[in-house]
Amino acid sequence: MSKAAILSRSIWVFHFASAACNNCDIELIDALTPRFDLERFGIKLVGSIRHADCLLVSGIMNEKGATRLKFLYDIAPKPLAVVTFGSCGASGGLFTNSYNFYGPPDKIIPVDAYIPGCPPRPEAIIDGIVKVVKKLRNV
Amino acid sequence: MVLFYYIIFPGFLATFIAGGVASWIERKLTARIQTRVGPPFLQPFYDVRKLFIKEITIPEHSSRSIFMISPIIALASITVVATIVGLNLINPAYGFNGDLIVCVYLLLIPSLCVILGASASGNPLASLGASREMKLVLSYELAFWASLAVPVLKTNSIRFIDIIGFQALNGSIAGSLSGIIAFIVAIICIQAKLAKVPFDIPEAETEIAGGAYIEYSGPLLGFFKITQYMMLIVLPLFLLEIFWGPMNFSVGILKYLLLLTIIIMLENTNPRLKIDQAVKFFWFGLLPFGVISIILAIIGM
Ligand code: SF4
Repeated sequence: MSKAAILSRSIWVFHFASAACNNCDIELIDALTPRFDLERFGIKLVGSIRHADCLLVSGIMNEKGATRLKFLYDIAPKPLAVVTFGSCGASGGLFTNSYNFYGPPDKIIPVDAYIPGCPPRPEAIIDGIVKVVKKLRNV
Repeated sequence: MVLFYYIIFPGFLATFIAGGVASWIERKLTARIQTRVGPPFLQPFYDVRKLFIKEITIPEHSSRSIFMISPIIALASITVVATIVGLNLINPAYGFNGDLIVCVYLLLIPSLCVILGASASGNPLASLGASREMKLVLSYELAFWASLAVPVLKTNSIRFIDIIGFQALNGSIAGSLSGIIAFIVAIICIQAKLAKVPFDIPEAETEIAGGAYIEYSGPLLGFFKITQYMMLIVLPLFLLEIFWGPMNFSVGILKYLLLLTIIIMLENTNPRLKIDQAVKFFWFGLLPFGVISIILAIIGM
């Protein structure tokens, strides 16, 4: 069994919110509520990057956020999946021309998956997760 | 043979598997209470398997050897308790004089390891968690010992075999007035020993981000997880043996599940206490009941 397949059964998520407009963060919390129940897939939110298997990045990167993101990625135990969340995480979204925009997260660290939307609905989040899990398990 | 007892049955492996199932029951029941679907049956084992393929990260300013060794000591000590408690269930003749006292001391070691490991990790939140764990240990331990004094006073013995034998002749200790008070005190104390809500103050995911465990990753965190699973089996069985015996296999499982349900219900219907509230609760709320039960036991009720 490959490491990725083992990882896909139990994904602990660390949420890094860098200058998001907060909508993405609220939708993420929505996905964890009883109505959508991500624990069905073995997913839970953890408070420390040392426990994380997935680094979830929401919001745009500014200068300060970028150094923090790099640091978090360096101290996280590997294997680690990096997922960006929302249009901001994918490209900068509506802040692309903003004065403090440093660049999308994939300029700083390797990104494995993108969940687009502004903000993504919980259904879209679950759909994205199922796609990532399927890819990890090779089905 | 001794190695078989320690590693396979009833020691490490059997308790680990049973503990995983118990942990699944806990998470599933919690999910049903919150009208969720809950995790799949093998989820606790998936979690542990996952942790063992992850990298071990060691914080820069930590004391390396203590940081690495404390999860292993925690696991080893709970394995010894599991073996003693388990063997006493199968055949009490395996016991030795004072095994009750040895068990209670060994049950303290996982908490001490959490304190040691957290202090060694050099993280401010972890040391906050360690100091809270220390205060929690100081607060519940006295009430726990007070409640354990009741079966010891009633049977005049500190051996499992005598306590179990006494209950086979005279009915369970929890059947008497002092016994039931002590049993309830002990159940609340093991809630704190298991670090479950309302006494999960040292981990407090939402305020100090995993607290004592914050710097642990990979297999080291896995050892702590396995220790927690095993505690979930060992502590209730320990209480059942000395308070609510005699036990045969099927009745024992039913009693265990009942006690587990009580623990889960307490966990799901209470908010987390602050550390000063917890200390006050144990010292001034619970300890008097422990003392009352001791007095009742001495006058023979
Ligand atoms: S993607 Fe949209 S909702 Fe999410 S942080 Fe950016 S602007 Fe806000």
